Amino acid sequence: MLLAATTSFSLPSIDYLAILPELVLLGGALIVLLATSMVRGGLKRNIATAITMLFSAAALVTALVQWGRISAQGAETTIAHAIVLDGFSTFIGVTVLCALILSVLVGHDYLKREGIESSEYHILAMIAASGAVMMGQANDLIVIFLALEILSIALYVLVAFNPLRGESGESALKYYILGGFSSAIFVYGIALVYGATGSTNLGQIANFFSENQLIHPGLFDAGLALVLVGFAFKIAAVPFHVWTPDVYQGAPSPITGFMASVAKVGGFAALIRVTIAAMNSQSASWKPILYALAIATLLLGAIVALVQRDVKRMLAYSSISHAGYILIGVEVGTLAGTSAALFYLFAYSVMTVGSFAIVTVLGGDGDSDHDLGRYRGLARRQPWLGGALAVLLLAQAGIPFTSGFFAKLGVVSAAINGGSWPLALVAMIAAAIGVAFYLRVVVLAYMGSDEADATDTPSSQVNPQTRHAQSTLLLEGQSVATIPAVSVPLLSGIAIVLSVATTIFFGVIPGPLLDFAHSAAQLFLA
Amino acid sequence: MLSAAAYMPLCPLLGFLILLAFGRRIGIKYSGIVATVAVAASFVLAAISWTGLLGISSSKREITQSLFTWLPVGSLQVKVAFLIDPLSITMCLFITFISTMIHLYSIGYMKGERDYVKFFIYLNLFVTAMLVLVMANNMVLTFVGWEGVGACSYWLVAFYFEKESAAVAGKKAFVYNRIGDVGLLLAMFIVFARVGSLDYTTIFAHLSAFSPLTATMLVLALLLAATGKSAQIPLFNWLPGSMEGPTPVSALIHAATMVTAGVYLLCRMSHVLELSAHASLVIAIIGALTAFVAATMASVQRDIKAVLAYSTISQLGYMILAVGAGAYVAAIFLMIAHAFYKALLFLSAGAVSHGLDGERDMGRMGALRKVMPWTTGVFIVGWLAIAGVPPLSAFWSKGDVLDAVFRHYPYLWALALFTAFLTAYYMTRMYTLTFTGEARYDKPGADGAPALHAHEAPWVMRIPLLVLAVGAAGAGLLNLPWVHNFGLEEFLSPVFHGALYNPHEGTSLLWLLAIVDSLVAVGGIAVAWMLWRGKVSAANLEPDFLTHDWYWDDLYDTVFGRPGTALALFSATTIDEKILDGAVNGVGSLAVQSAQRLRRIQTGQVRQYALLITGGMAALLVFILMRVF
Repeated sequence: MLLAATTSFSLPSIDYLAILPELVLLGGALIVLLATSMVRGGLKRNIATAITMLFSAAALVTALVQWGRISAQGAETTIAHAIVLDGFSTFIGVTVLCALILSVLVGHDYLKREGIESSEYHILAMIAASGAVMMGQANDLIVIFLALEILSIALYVLVAFNPLRGESGESALKYYILGGFSSAIFVYGIALVYGATGSTNLGQIANFFSENQLIHPGLFDAGLALVLVGFAFKIAAVPFHVWTPDVYQGAPSPITGFMASVAKVGGFAALIRVTIAAMNSQSASWKPILYALAIATLLLGAIVALVQRDVKRMLAYSSISHAGYILIGVEVGTLAGTSAALFYLFAYSVMTVGSFAIVTVLGGDGDSDHDLGRYRGLARRQPWLGGALAVLLLAQAGIPFTSGFFAKLGVVSAAINGGSWPLALVAMIAAAIGVAFYLRVVVLAYMGSDEADATDTPSSQVNPQTRHAQSTLLLEGQSVATIPAVSVPLLSGIAIVLSVATTIFFGVIPGPLLDFAHSAAQLFLA
Repeated sequence: MLSAAAYMPLCPLLGFLILLAFGRRIGIKYSGIVATVAVAASFVLAAISWTGLLGISSSKREITQSLFTWLPVGSLQVKVAFLIDPLSITMCLFITFISTMIHLYSIGYMKGERDYVKFFIYLNLFVTAMLVLVMANNMVLTFVGWEGVGACSYWLVAFYFEKESAAVAGKKAFVYNRIGDVGLLLAMFIVFARVGSLDYTTIFAHLSAFSPLTATMLVLALLLAATGKSAQIPLFNWLPGSMEGPTPVSALIHAATMVTAGVYLLCRMSHVLELSAHASLVIAIIGALTAFVAATMASVQRDIKAVLAYSTISQLGYMILAVGAGAYVAAIFLMIAHAFYKALLFLSAGAVSHGLDGERDMGRMGALRKVMPWTTGVFIVGWLAIAGVPPLSAFWSKGDVLDAVFRHYPYLWALALFTAFLTAYYMTRMYTLTFTGEARYDKPGADGAPALHAHEAPWVMRIPLLVLAVGAAGAGLLNLPWVHNFGLEEFLSPVFHGALYNPHEGTSLLWLLAIVDSLVAVGGIAVAWMLWRGKVSAANLEPDFLTHDWYWDDLYDTVFGRPGTALALFSATTIDEKILDGAVNGVGSLAVQSAQRLRRIQTGQVRQYALLITGGMAALLVFILMRVF
């Protein structure tokens, strides 16, 4: 009987080239594990960083090789149709790997500063990245779930990997419990969808809908809603965002940057694949949900960010708000919408990792100094660092000549052309609110002086009403002693320069990235 | 060889970036040289591309080099692409050549300035933007260059920004240019609405898309753009103020290159101009009036650079007049000749004031020919050239313009001829005041300024002067009327083909017009010589009406300035503070208050978070199932 069961299960042939980036990352993680177990001290860190960089770069190269193959042969499914190789998956892969490379650069200096010699950071980051890349390729709800768990479990551990950081442990536990909770909901949703359609494979689900009409869509719709809850948790859409501020704040800053970009990219990749590729015919079911999520996410993220005093928390809310913009692109569901969402994901990843790199550098020993007051007069003390921060924050606000502008322009114009103009309107309102809290930091960095008391803002010729508004927007009287300048370590500096340069480059010359996102969305295997 | 063309703007861009990043490290000694070499390389590339273009048969000389897609927005695909044709190459050749000379001159002139490196950074950026402007194959990229040169012009006019007059002049130039820019934007909107593309070649292939009325509107919008950049009525007032910038800037930007951008734009759009005879008449009238009005103003200036500034406006008026008469080649010909002689005059005026510790008042000069023989020599060449004395360059180039105008608009021809007389007059006045008569610089000034010690310019400044003098004298060779298989006419006519009017008059008429031109030039010189020889000032020759620029600024002040300020104050105090700020503060405090409430969700308690997630899930389920049942 047992024999019969095993023989009837035939292994699919495995196209290793299709999953090469993941394999390279996992292999790299194993090699780091092996290599660093043989050396001690700071050398361990250096070796780990070197190997990680090497393998991440190799994975990036393989992703680009895949792109060549797709451009020549078109999109295809492989490994029992559970894995897709298309322009979309490559774009996601490239985005994740760029974020990984930048995060490793920042992380190296963080580990050095905190005196951590172990190599968990590198290993787990590579594993998490492989999960995120897999999310972009998964063509089966079960594979999506597996990839999601590879990504999530690595992230739970990453949040807590620094044992000296008390709040990290708390955050990790919260993240883990809530993550497990949402995963359970997600799996339940998969089960219901399977019950309704008879398959977990996205291609077969799509076929099912092309041939059948659901008379009682209740089962499927309930399953879909639960699956979307799982994704909404991962991308931190309101009201499933509740973990985000606490976890972002508690995690070590380079991890926060990594998590904010990679987890969101992975979550969106799978979300787009499920909604637009597999369930496009059922858009009447998922569009209203995404519509509502987008509005709530945009507004809550932007509004609550206004009153945060902790920069990491502020950026957490800002990343929630960003998820709202990307949701717009998904909700529209058109080619323009998808490519705008992809463009946004890339621009967002680079900006976010760069911003958190600066936060990490400024956090100081123990990575604890994240109060807004720390940023007062930053541009005067450290003009380059202040300038970089200003660029990255203005980019997040969507100011022209940064990639953030074209990202927002893309989703908003896609929404208008796709008929979702109320979403576009909400997005613009959220963007206007967003400018306030991004500028608040920039103003503090440029206007605030080192020594001056916060109540001593240049308000002598301003009327009392405005002064009141200013003081609530800026800082409530906090006396700041002279803040020392921090030195920017080499690798972090490189990461910051790279992210700023990318942000400006694609803000001035967005053509290449727009083209890439457009053809990625076109080579989408629907 | 044509592939060299795309690298032309890259050379000064590279120079700009190098100086921007390492300017301080390179230091004062070499940064000027770096900048000059970058522009000279660009000139070499221009020359190479030119020979490449000559190798192609004249009907096919229209090559687009596409670098990359810049803004793919729906159906609008804006590319960074260059149009290499006789017009753009001609522009590139003279722009890079003059720029090289002026960069070289600046090494000497700016020596000892505090912001020496910054000066060359701006200058290189300017050349980049100017090349982008003339090489662009679409209106958007032209606009990028257009704004780029505008920005550089602003920074360079306000280069001595500690001086209030310089800062104000910079602002004035900026504002006037912005008004013109609106014209270019409007033109782009009209073209895009009608054609759906902003590429020049596509526009010219779809000329039938413009109704006569649209074409007129379009050309008038382009004219508005040109009046801003090329300092024409009604937007000419900023140019005299721009003399607050360093003299090489006045020579390069405010005489030879940037201010010709408006003329270039009109020439580039010549096919569209041909669609509307009315608009062309307006262009011609604006040009002729500007030429005349500015020439009268130039006749009374005391400042050595101001004379040249008004003279530049006047000469630009001639170019616009030529465009209005359909004589595009004549406009370009005059543009090139003017670039030579006006750059020469500016630089020699700069050499004079450089040799007199920065003094610019002609009342404190006189008899400088004894101390500055080189400068005097080249100045005489420039003076006679601009006056139109044969066989120097303006005789040919201005002559071509006048011939074309004579054929099209006889009344405007009379005005333009009188302007030519005035040109000879004010230039002669300038020469006599500066270089002849009694020396006044070695005596204390009327306001107690100390006596000045005059000296000749150094060699690094003299070489460009000599080269430009040769150009100013000989630029007429570029387009001699009786040579038909060589020269600008032959080279440029494919660009304008259908649009070009045939200038070949009867030979006897041409001779007659040439003789009239020469007599007018010599007459102007003679009159000025008699009136101004040995004099320093003459109240009856300098009426208030002219010294106050026909009260033009006062008119603008009364009509726009004061009501505008009142409106702005009203908006600032009433509308902004009370209404808008109230609304904004209201929305702001609403947002902050709701944020204060919403942040309470964040209790830090996992069980509450889980509850919230469950609640959200339940809401979604209820929502979706309500649709089902």
